[in-house]
Amino acid sequence: MTSKSKTLPLSTERSWKPAFDSAAWKRRAKGLVLPVVALLALEFVVRIGWVPPYQLPAPSDIALTLRDLAGGQLWNHIGASLLRVLSGFAIGAGLALLAAAWVGLSREAEAYLEPTFAGLRAIPSLAWVPLLLLWLGIDETSKVVLIAIGAFFPVYLNGVAAIRNIDRKLVEVGQMYGFSATQLARRILLPAALPGLFTGLRSGMSLAWMFLVAAELIAATKGLGYLLTDGRETSRPDIVLAAIIVLAVLGKVCDGVLAKLEQHFLAWRDAFTGNSAGPTEN
Amino acid sequence: MAQALLNVRIERKHFDAVTVLRNIDLHLDPQEIVSLLGPSGCGKSTLLRIAAGLERDFSGAVSRSEQGADVAFVFQEPRLMPWLTVAQNIGFSAGADYDAPWVRQLITEVGLDGFADALPKQLSGGMAQRVALARGLYSRPQVLLLDEPFSAVDAFTRMKLQDLLLQLAQHHGIALLLVTHDVDEALYLSDRVLVMGSQQPSSIRLGLDVPLGRPRDRRDAELGRLKGEALTELQLAHVI
Repeated sequence: MTSKSKTLPLSTERSWKPAFDSAAWKRRAKGLVLPVVALLALEFVVRIGWVPPYQLPAPSDIALTLRDLAGGQLWNHIGASLLRVLSGFAIGAGLALLAAAWVGLSREAEAYLEPTFAGLRAIPSLAWVPLLLLWLGIDETSKVVLIAIGAFFPVYLNGVAAIRNIDRKLVEVGQMYGFSATQLARRILLPAALPGLFTGLRSGMSLAWMFLVAAELIAATKGLGYLLTDGRETSRPDIVLAAIIVLAVLGKVCDGVLAKLEQHFLAWRDAFTGNSAGPTEN
Repeated sequence: MAQALLNVRIERKHFDAVTVLRNIDLHLDPQEIVSLLGPSGCGKSTLLRIAAGLERDFSGAVSRSEQGADVAFVFQEPRLMPWLTVAQNIGFSAGADYDAPWVRQLITEVGLDGFADALPKQLSGGMAQRVALARGLYSRPQVLLLDEPFSAVDAFTRMKLQDLLLQLAQHHGIALLLVTHDVDEALYLSDRVLVMGSQQPSSIRLGLDVPLGRPRDRRDAELGRLKGEALTELQLAHVI
């Protein structure tokens, strides 16, 4: 019926694979090889006494520390950090999306706002820390604001780029139908900009975690950054490493949630997914 | 002229200092099929965009018949929304509450049964252009404007799509104004062929009538003779 005779699958290609897919498990097993070997080597090196445990605790000791922490204060620390990250990210990303929509859609707004944002972006975000402490004190507000600043710029930059990269030809289809500005924004601009927006949200999220640690290292009485400081002050590298592991896991989980949302909303994308067959997992 | 569906009169259309179109007068009668034939860059797409109302910055006037003939546009590329299914793309102008039975009928008419829920990335170029045709028909227009609609597909697909287009135009009783750079396509499809030259500013250099019935046979000797005649006239008019 058309030039291409191959039959096309009707379901989307990125549909969920069954849980036990041997190829996917093999891929995951490959990814585990390096960390497992490194952990075993570390354990060995510490156990035979090449490295003193007060400098580098054995992986098994770190696991024990984690278990002890989990029985005690760890959940409070995680709760405090998570609340800060999520509220800072929500505020920063929310404002950034508004600013990006405004600047992206209006040349006039771009002329007024873009130079200011470019200037503010040039300030290394950690330079705000003393000012925030002076203005907002050392309690929650200054931390949340710092995280919001960190999350703002990646979301804003990617958002503006996403809007400006929208295919003019698709916009013209809407103009041909006489769409109003709201219809155009909702039915063409937003879906077309979604891939870029997700890129921005994911990098904003990872920066939010970075700024959380910075904020908590400076002044905090709870939270994972506080746990890091506490471990250093009491000469407990196992606590420091345990906190790092928890941070890594939480960061990965947050990114994973965004990645799943991205996969769900952007299943329509006709993009390169890597050279090997099969869906890419990340 | 009085009962023409569409009248386009352009005194002058310019982009900055360059005048691209001058003194153009064209009309489209009910159920008539007219081709605008010319080389790349002669302004034929601009003329079509003016007729569609996509381009408003020109001196002249576009008028439609008293009944307010609805006009739809089919672009050179399918321009489907990649995040919508075939059915949603066809009903795109109406949004989420599109007329589902009508969309189903259009899907059948363009030969895409079974693909209603497919995404554009799963379609071949020819299939995507079929969806674009169906989307153009969704608003039940009286006039369909087409901007080189088949120039991006291979020759075999093009022939099939041309026949599909004729069939749809006849079935729905719509007039077609089609831009093309393909002499064969213009002669095979049209009642009238309007030729535009390459010199700036361009205008309609000559009009050829194609007094053949339908369905036409591509091997028809009469079509061949008309093509020879057209080529001679194109040469005389310094178009080629």
